[in-house]
Amino acid sequence: MKPVIELRTSPHLHAPRSVETIMRNVVYALLPICAYAVWLFGASALALLVTTTAACVATEIFICKMSGRESSVGDFSVIITGLLLGLILPPGFPLWMAAVGGFIAVAPGKMLFGGLGFNVFNPALVARAFLQAAFPVAIMGYTPALAVHRLSEFIPTTFAIPLIKAAPLAGWIEKTRVDAFSGATPLMLEKFDHVHSELWPLLIGQRAGSSGETPALLIFLCGAYLILRRFMDWRIPAAMLTSALVSSAAFYFSDPSRYPNPFFMLLSGGMMLGAMFMATDPVASPVTPLGIWIYGSLIGLITVLIRLKGGLAEGVMYAILLANAMSPLIDNVTQPRSYGARGKEVA
Amino acid sequence: MNQDQPTCHSASPEPSPSETFVAFTAGLWKQNPVFVMVLGMCPTLAITNSVRNAIAMGLATTFVMASANAFISMVRKLVPKQVRIATYISMIATSVTIVDYLVKAISIPVYKALGPFIPLIVSNCLTLERAESYAGKNPIGKSILDGLGMGLGFTFALTCLGTVREVLGAGTFLGFPLFGSNFEPWVLFLLPPGGFITLAMWLLTFTLWRERSDKRKRAREAALEKPVEIAS
Repeated sequence: MKPVIELRTSPHLHAPRSVETIMRNVVYALLPICAYAVWLFGASALALLVTTTAACVATEIFICKMSGRESSVGDFSVIITGLLLGLILPPGFPLWMAAVGGFIAVAPGKMLFGGLGFNVFNPALVARAFLQAAFPVAIMGYTPALAVHRLSEFIPTTFAIPLIKAAPLAGWIEKTRVDAFSGATPLMLEKFDHVHSELWPLLIGQRAGSSGETPALLIFLCGAYLILRRFMDWRIPAAMLTSALVSSAAFYFSDPSRYPNPFFMLLSGGMMLGAMFMATDPVASPVTPLGIWIYGSLIGLITVLIRLKGGLAEGVMYAILLANAMSPLIDNVTQPRSYGARGKEVA
Repeated sequence: MNQDQPTCHSASPEPSPSETFVAFTAGLWKQNPVFVMVLGMCPTLAITNSVRNAIAMGLATTFVMASANAFISMVRKLVPKQVRIATYISMIATSVTIVDYLVKAISIPVYKALGPFIPLIVSNCLTLERAESYAGKNPIGKSILDGLGMGLGFTFALTCLGTVREVLGAGTFLGFPLFGSNFEPWVLFLLPPGGFITLAMWLLTFTLWRERSDKRKRAREAALEKPVEIAS
């Protein structure tokens, strides 16, 4: 006989939704950006993405084996880390350094804390911060998008021999450039040369930059897919972009001749990729709704402050890492009143 | 802090290496100040950006520890318990002053590279720890050996860190270029975070190593105790 009433304990979910499903969908959302990156920057970007992903996966397998744990590669999170790391490095980044970065992302950035669900920081950003501190010259080696022979030949720095300085990029950029592109990113041009950039190329990503951070519109659409399917919290990108827009507008209207257009701030650098795929790391961001708003606004504000007032041209990475570090604290002070408790008593 | 000391009252039944020998070797490996006791982290992280600095710092500390241990062991029965720490520190400070002038006399560049860290040996917890837990309780000969052993163990650890940091951070070993002039330096390793990362990696390596050898030892002892069962 069939039971009349079936009793189950909470949570009462309508659809089976596991970590693996969510992570797999994030990978799907990242694939168009990867494809566009390869089209923009050519074979080197492809090699970079493959290297970082392979290094991350290999490190995870190795560490799981070493610590006698079941391999956790199957939950796709390490593939996201690998792809994201490839997307936030310059397209001509030497592959051996990228492999070192992949190791750093997974070994100290994730597995040392206990694997997925325990990492304090976004692993890909940990690796990027390490690489920026370790190889400050190579990580500034930006090349223009849509270079002439990009699909048939590699950027010369890609195959630099490990531990040996890569050949300088200037000659290659000179040889392959189309019209007026230069190697500097729009943010570097704005900050150091006071050259303003058009907004349209920023929107469709035809500019120098890290291999996957350039097509702001495409990144926005891919993020929107995840938001619509409710795989990530819309509040984080909304808070981050709004706060960046508001704070850079405040700067802009105080002195339009010195500070860039707020929409330029939104579309340049890694702002969009950071908002959609980095800040939304489900482990390293707060969980309470109010906390999420605080967290997102904090990232936007710190980014704008670093860009406009700091020594670096781009600040998304450090802003997100800082906010990651603060998210347990944010969670702690924004605990909702528990049901039945009086006043601000915490359950 | 209170780990098993290889002190004179370790009554071991079987013929073991003499106590004097143990006093010397404990610091080198079994109780290595950096890798096992994790003491003296300040110079370990700050001074190991090159092998030369690491060795100089290690030897300076070795000298301080050997001589301070000797002084302290000499007066250990005269000093009232209540003022022993003050006495120890002033004796250590005396040795440090001697070393400070010695290094200055031997090599000005090394003196400048080590900067304030030679005077700071006096506040290195390692020196006070050995004075308190060893030299204040043991005769003078063994105390000197303990100071030497601990100091050399410290030098060994500093050299381990210095090697990794100098090779990766500057591409040289003792100032000798290893990779030619086109080396791409990992600037990070010369900076403070590099010190922390390198220390963590070495600690990990040595801890793994120790655990493995402990496991083997236990397995051997278990095999000796139990008669081996012949598999059916």
